[in-house]
Amino acid sequence: MNSLIRSTARCLRAGAAVYLPRQADGRVLAASARLLCAAADLQKDLGNMVKKDKVVVFMKGTPAQPMCGFSNAVVQILRMHGVDDYAAYNVLEDQDLREGVKVFSNWPTIPQVYFNGEFVGGCDILLQMHQNGDLVEELKKLGIHSALLETEKESK
Amino acid sequence: MLPSVFRCVRPVSTTLALNRPLAHFRPHMDPDPSRPVERAIRTKLTNSLLPDHLEVHNESHMHAVPPGSESHFRVLVVSSKFEGLPLIQRHRLVNEALKEELSSCVHALAIQAKTPEQWGSNPTLAKSPPCMGGSRGDHTVEEKLKAGRE
Repeated sequence: MNSLIRSTARCLRAGAAVYLPRQADGRVLAASARLLCAAADLQKDLGNMVKKDKVVVFMKGTPAQPMCGFSNAVVQILRMHGVDDYAAYNVLEDQDLREGVKVFSNWPTIPQVYFNGEFVGGCDILLQMHQNGDLVEELKKLGIHSALLETEKESK
Repeated sequence: MLPSVFRCVRPVSTTLALNRPLAHFRPHMDPDPSRPVERAIRTKLTNSLLPDHLEVHNESHMHAVPPGSESHFRVLVVSSKFEGLPLIQRHRLVNEALKEELSSCVHALAIQAKTPEQWGSNPTLAKSPPCMGGSRGDHTVEEKLKAGRE
Protein backbone atom coordinates (compact mmCIF):
# COMPACT_ATOMS: atom_id res chain seq x y z
CA MET A 1 0.00 0.00 0.00
CA ASN A 2 2.81 2.41 0.95
CA SER A 3 4.58 1.82 -2.34
CA LEU A 4 1.34 2.55 -4.17
CA ILE A 5 1.00 5.85 -2.35
CA ARG A 6 4.65 6.59 -3.08
CA SER A 7 4.27 5.97 -6.79
CA THR A 8 1.06 8.01 -6.85
CA ALA A 9 2.72 10.82 -4.92
CA ARG A 10 5.63 10.77 -7.31
CA CYS A 11 3.23 10.95 -10.19
CA LEU A 12 1.39 13.94 -8.72
CA ARG A 13 4.70 15.68 -8.10
CA ALA A 14 5.72 15.21 -11.72
CA GLY A 15 2.35 16.44 -12.95
CA ALA A 16 2.75 19.64 -10.96
CA ALA A 17 6.22 20.36 -12.36
CA VAL A 18 6.36 23.76 -13.99
CA TYR A 19 8.75 24.34 -16.85
CA LEU A 20 9.13 28.10 -16.77
CA PRO A 21 12.67 29.16 -17.59
CA ARG A 22 13.85 32.48 -16.28
CA GLN A 23 16.84 34.60 -17.13
CA ALA A 24 19.61 34.94 -14.56
CA ASP A 25 18.23 38.24 -13.23
CA GLY A 26 14.80 36.65 -12.71
CA ARG A 27 13.04 38.24 -15.70
CA VAL A 28 10.72 35.92 -17.59
CA LEU A 29 11.53 35.48 -21.29
CA ALA A 30 9.17 36.45 -24.15
CA ALA A 31 6.52 33.86 -24.99
CA SER A 32 8.12 32.28 -28.05
CA ALA A 33 11.59 32.13 -26.56
CA ARG A 34 10.05 30.76 -23.41
CA LEU A 35 8.35 27.98 -25.35
CA LEU A 36 11.59 26.95 -27.03
CA CYS A 37 13.50 27.09 -23.78
CA ALA A 38 10.76 25.18 -22.01
CA ALA A 39 10.84 22.46 -24.65
CA ALA A 40 14.62 22.11 -24.42
CA ASP A 41 14.47 22.11 -20.62
CA LEU A 42 11.82 19.43 -20.72
CA GLN A 43 13.99 17.21 -22.91
CA LYS A 44 16.80 17.63 -20.40
CA ASP A 45 14.44 16.93 -17.50
CA LEU A 46 13.17 13.81 -19.23
CA GLY A 47 16.75 12.61 -19.54
CA ASN A 48 16.98 12.83 -15.76
CA MET A 49 13.50 11.51 -15.10
CA VAL A 50 14.07 8.25 -16.95
CA LYS A 51 17.35 7.60 -15.14
CA LYS A 52 16.23 8.53 -11.63
CA ASP A 53 14.28 5.33 -11.13
CA LYS A 54 14.83 1.77 -12.31
CA VAL A 55 11.34 1.49 -13.75
CA VAL A 56 9.67 4.56 -15.24
CA VAL A 57 6.27 4.64 -16.91
CA PHE A 58 4.67 7.52 -18.80
CA MET A 59 0.98 6.80 -18.77
CA LYS A 60 -2.52 8.21 -18.87
CA GLY A 61 -3.82 8.44 -15.36
CA THR A 62 -2.10 6.97 -12.34
CA PRO A 63 -1.32 3.41 -11.21
CA ALA A 64 -4.19 3.74 -8.75
CA GLN A 65 -6.53 5.10 -11.42
CA PRO A 66 -5.43 4.48 -15.00
CA MET A 67 -7.36 6.45 -17.61
CA CYS A 68 -6.58 4.24 -20.60
CA GLY A 69 -6.84 0.51 -21.24
CA PHE A 70 -3.31 0.28 -22.63
CA SER A 71 -1.82 2.19 -19.69
CA ASN A 72 -3.82 0.00 -17.34
CA ALA A 73 -2.39 -3.11 -19.00
CA VAL A 74 1.13 -1.89 -18.22
CA VAL A 75 0.20 -1.26 -14.59
CA GLN A 76 -1.41 -4.69 -14.27
CA ILE A 77 1.57 -6.48 -15.80
CA LEU A 78 4.00 -4.74 -13.49
CA ARG A 79 1.74 -5.51 -10.54
CA MET A 80 1.65 -9.19 -11.51
CA HIS A 81 5.43 -9.26 -11.32
CA GLY A 82 5.33 -7.57 -7.93
CA VAL A 83 6.75 -4.30 -9.27
CA ASP A 84 4.94 -1.65 -7.22
CA ASP A 85 7.74 0.78 -6.64
CA TYR A 86 8.17 2.68 -9.88
CA ALA A 87 7.92 6.22 -11.16
CA ALA A 88 4.67 6.86 -12.99
CA TYR A 89 4.13 10.16 -14.81
CA ASN A 90 0.59 11.12 -15.79
CA VAL A 91 0.74 12.77 -19.22
CA LEU A 92 -2.91 13.83 -19.00
CA GLU A 93 -1.91 16.37 -16.36
CA ASP A 94 0.73 18.02 -18.50
CA GLN A 95 0.36 18.56 -22.25
CA ASP A 96 4.00 19.59 -22.58
CA LEU A 97 5.08 16.36 -20.97
CA ARG A 98 2.72 14.42 -23.17
CA GLU A 99 4.21 15.84 -26.36
CA GLY A 100 7.75 16.10 -24.99
CA VAL A 101 8.03 12.44 -24.08
CA LYS A 102 7.00 11.43 -27.60
CA VAL A 103 9.83 13.53 -28.99
CA PHE A 104 12.25 12.30 -26.35
CA SER A 105 11.54 8.62 -27.00
CA ASN A 106 10.85 9.09 -30.69
CA TRP A 107 7.72 7.05 -30.03
CA PRO A 108 4.27 8.26 -31.01
CA THR A 109 2.03 6.74 -28.35
CA ILE A 110 1.45 6.44 -24.61
CA PRO A 111 2.13 4.39 -22.47
CA GLN A 112 5.93 4.30 -22.57
CA VAL A 113 8.11 2.14 -20.36
CA TYR A 114 11.75 2.72 -19.39
CA PHE A 115 14.07 0.25 -17.61
CA ASN A 116 17.29 1.75 -16.22
CA GLY A 117 17.01 4.79 -18.44
CA GLU A 118 16.51 2.74 -21.56
CA PHE A 119 13.29 2.83 -23.56
CA VAL A 120 11.64 -0.61 -23.60
CA GLY A 121 8.48 0.06 -25.55
CA GLY A 122 4.76 0.42 -25.07
CA CYS A 123 1.98 -1.85 -23.90
CA ASP A 124 2.30 -4.35 -26.77
CA ILE A 125 6.00 -4.92 -26.17
CA LEU A 126 5.65 -5.22 -22.40
CA LEU A 127 2.83 -7.70 -22.87
CA GLN A 128 4.86 -9.85 -25.24
CA MET A 129 7.86 -9.72 -22.92
CA HIS A 130 5.58 -10.86 -20.11
CA GLN A 131 4.17 -13.70 -22.21
CA ASN A 132 7.51 -15.00 -23.50
CA GLY A 133 9.38 -14.78 -20.20
CA ASP A 134 11.68 -11.93 -21.22
CA LEU A 135 10.19 -9.59 -18.64
CA VAL A 136 11.27 -11.79 -15.75
CA GLU A 137 14.81 -11.74 -17.18
CA GLU A 138 14.86 -7.99 -17.74
CA LEU A 139 13.59 -7.36 -14.20
CA LYS A 140 16.34 -9.65 -12.88
CA LYS A 141 18.91 -7.46 -14.66
CA LEU A 142 17.46 -4.51 -12.77
CA GLY A 143 17.87 -6.37 -9.53
CA ILE A 144 14.13 -6.94 -9.25
CA HIS A 145 12.97 -10.43 -8.40
CA SER A 146 9.70 -11.05 -10.20
CA ALA A 147 6.82 -12.22 -8.01
CA LEU A 148 5.96 -14.73 -10.71
CA LEU A 149 9.13 -16.64 -9.89
CA GLU A 150 7.76 -17.23 -6.40
CA THR A 151 4.46 -18.44 -7.84
CA GLU A 152 6.36 -20.80 -10.12
CA LYS A 153 8.37 -22.15 -7.19
CA GLU A 154 5.22 -22.74 -5.16
CA SER A 155 3.53 -24.65 -7.93
CA LYS A 156 6.48 -27.05 -8.34
CA MET B 1 -11.88 18.10 -54.78
CA LEU B 2 -9.48 15.27 -54.10
CA PRO B 3 -10.12 13.26 -50.97
CA SER B 4 -7.23 13.54 -48.58
CA VAL B 5 -6.02 10.37 -46.95
CA PHE B 6 -5.43 12.30 -43.76
CA ARG B 7 -8.97 13.50 -43.44
CA CYS B 8 -10.78 11.84 -40.63
CA VAL B 9 -14.49 11.40 -40.85
CA ARG B 10 -15.91 13.58 -38.14
CA PRO B 11 -19.05 15.50 -37.24
CA VAL B 12 -19.34 19.27 -37.66
CA SER B 13 -18.64 20.12 -34.06
CA THR B 14 -16.45 17.95 -31.87
CA THR B 15 -17.82 19.27 -28.57
CA LEU B 16 -21.41 18.74 -29.63
CA ALA B 17 -20.55 15.38 -31.13
CA LEU B 18 -19.51 14.09 -27.76
CA ASN B 19 -22.83 15.11 -26.21
CA ARG B 20 -25.51 14.38 -28.76
CA PRO B 21 -26.48 11.34 -30.84
CA LEU B 22 -25.02 11.31 -34.34
CA ALA B 23 -28.22 10.41 -36.18
CA HIS B 24 -27.67 13.17 -38.77
CA PHE B 25 -23.94 12.64 -39.11
CA ARG B 26 -22.62 12.72 -42.67
CA PRO B 27 -19.04 12.17 -43.79
CA HIS B 28 -19.22 15.47 -45.59
CA MET B 29 -15.88 15.54 -47.35
CA ASP B 30 -15.25 11.99 -48.47
CA PRO B 31 -18.14 10.36 -50.35
CA ASP B 32 -16.12 7.14 -50.45
CA PRO B 33 -17.23 5.18 -47.41
CA SER B 34 -14.20 2.87 -47.42
CA ARG B 35 -12.28 4.68 -44.73
CA PRO B 36 -9.36 6.75 -46.00
CA VAL B 37 -7.15 6.37 -42.93
CA GLU B 38 -7.48 2.60 -42.89
CA ARG B 39 -6.64 2.51 -46.60
CA ALA B 40 -3.61 4.71 -46.09
CA ILE B 41 -2.35 2.50 -43.26
CA ARG B 42 -2.79 -0.61 -45.38
CA THR B 43 -1.04 0.94 -48.38
CA LYS B 44 1.92 2.29 -46.43
CA LEU B 45 2.53 -0.90 -44.49
CA THR B 46 2.29 -2.95 -47.67
CA ASN B 47 4.74 -0.74 -49.52
CA SER B 48 7.33 -0.46 -46.76
CA LEU B 49 7.22 -3.91 -45.17
CA LEU B 50 6.09 -6.16 -48.05
CA PRO B 51 4.13 -8.34 -45.62
CA ASP B 52 3.19 -11.97 -46.12
CA HIS B 53 0.13 -11.24 -44.07
CA LEU B 54 -1.40 -7.96 -42.99
CA GLU B 55 -4.42 -7.12 -40.88
CA VAL B 56 -5.59 -3.58 -40.17
CA HIS B 57 -8.39 -3.28 -37.65
CA ASN B 58 -10.15 -0.03 -36.84
CA GLU B 59 -10.83 -0.32 -33.11
CA SER B 60 -12.16 3.21 -32.67
CA HIS B 61 -15.62 1.86 -31.86
CA MET B 62 -14.12 0.28 -28.74
CA HIS B 63 -13.10 3.68 -27.41
CA ALA B 64 -14.65 6.91 -26.19
CA VAL B 65 -14.75 8.59 -29.62
CA PRO B 66 -17.67 9.35 -32.00
CA PRO B 67 -18.95 6.58 -34.31
CA GLY B 68 -17.20 6.53 -37.66
CA SER B 69 -13.89 7.70 -36.17
CA GLU B 70 -10.60 6.42 -37.47
CA SER B 71 -8.48 7.12 -34.41
CA HIS B 72 -7.65 3.79 -32.79
CA PHE B 73 -6.13 0.95 -34.80
CA ARG B 74 -4.67 -2.51 -34.30
CA VAL B 75 -2.28 -3.83 -36.95
CA LEU B 76 -0.82 -7.27 -37.41
CA VAL B 77 2.14 -7.36 -39.76
CA VAL B 78 3.86 -10.58 -40.80
CA SER B 79 7.05 -9.81 -42.68
CA SER B 80 10.45 -11.33 -43.24
CA LYS B 81 11.82 -7.80 -42.82
CA PHE B 82 11.41 -8.40 -39.09
CA GLU B 83 13.86 -11.32 -39.06
CA GLY B 84 16.60 -10.80 -36.50
CA LEU B 85 15.09 -7.59 -35.20
CA PRO B 86 14.10 -7.10 -31.56
CA LEU B 87 10.47 -6.11 -30.93
CA ILE B 88 11.27 -2.47 -30.44
CA GLN B 89 13.00 -2.17 -33.81
CA ARG B 90 10.10 -3.91 -35.50
CA HIS B 91 7.64 -1.51 -33.91
CA ARG B 92 9.80 1.44 -34.89
CA LEU B 93 9.64 0.29 -38.53
CA VAL B 94 5.86 0.25 -38.35
CA ASN B 95 5.78 3.64 -36.60
CA GLU B 96 8.07 5.08 -39.26
CA ALA B 97 5.85 3.83 -42.08
CA LEU B 98 2.81 5.41 -40.44
CA LYS B 99 4.53 8.58 -39.25
CA GLU B 100 2.08 10.94 -40.93
CA GLU B 101 -1.03 9.18 -39.71
CA LEU B 102 0.35 9.01 -36.18
CA SER B 103 1.06 12.72 -36.11
CA SER B 104 -2.36 13.62 -37.47
CA CYS B 105 -5.41 11.36 -37.16
CA VAL B 106 -4.29 8.24 -35.37
CA HIS B 107 -4.34 8.43 -31.59
CA ALA B 108 -3.60 4.82 -30.70
CA LEU B 109 -1.84 2.05 -32.60
CA ALA B 110 -1.55 -1.48 -31.27
CA ILE B 111 1.11 -3.44 -33.11
CA GLN B 112 1.89 -7.11 -33.58
CA ALA B 113 5.00 -7.58 -35.67
CA LYS B 114 5.86 -11.17 -36.47
CA THR B 115 8.20 -13.02 -38.77
CA PRO B 116 6.55 -15.57 -41.09
CA GLU B 117 7.89 -18.36 -38.87
CA GLN B 118 6.43 -16.83 -35.71
CA TRP B 119 3.09 -16.32 -37.41
CA GLY B 120 3.12 -19.90 -38.66
CA SER B 121 3.57 -21.29 -35.16
CA ASN B 122 1.06 -18.96 -33.52
CA PRO B 123 -1.42 -17.42 -35.96
CA THR B 124 -3.49 -15.44 -33.45
CA LEU B 125 -4.51 -11.80 -33.31
CA ALA B 126 -4.06 -10.28 -29.87
CA LYS B 127 -6.97 -8.48 -28.22
CA SER B 128 -6.89 -4.90 -27.04
CA PRO B 129 -7.60 -4.22 -23.37
CA PRO B 130 -10.96 -2.62 -22.54
CA CYS B 131 -11.15 1.16 -22.87
CA MET B 132 -11.02 3.16 -19.67
CA GLY B 133 -12.58 6.25 -21.20
CA GLY B 134 -9.41 8.33 -21.38
CA SER B 135 -10.26 9.77 -24.81
CA ARG B 136 -13.50 11.30 -23.56
CA GLY B 137 -13.07 15.06 -23.26
CA ASP B 138 -9.42 14.72 -24.29
CA HIS B 139 -8.49 17.86 -26.19
CA THR B 140 -5.65 16.14 -28.04
CA VAL B 141 -7.95 13.39 -29.32
CA GLU B 142 -10.48 16.00 -30.46
CA GLU B 143 -7.69 17.71 -32.41
CA LYS B 144 -6.73 14.42 -34.03
CA LEU B 145 -10.32 13.74 -35.02
CA LYS B 146 -10.35 17.17 -36.65
CA ALA B 147 -7.04 16.59 -38.45
CA GLY B 148 -6.89 16.95 -42.18
CA ARG B 149 -10.13 18.85 -42.34
CA GLU B 150 -8.65 22.27 -42.97
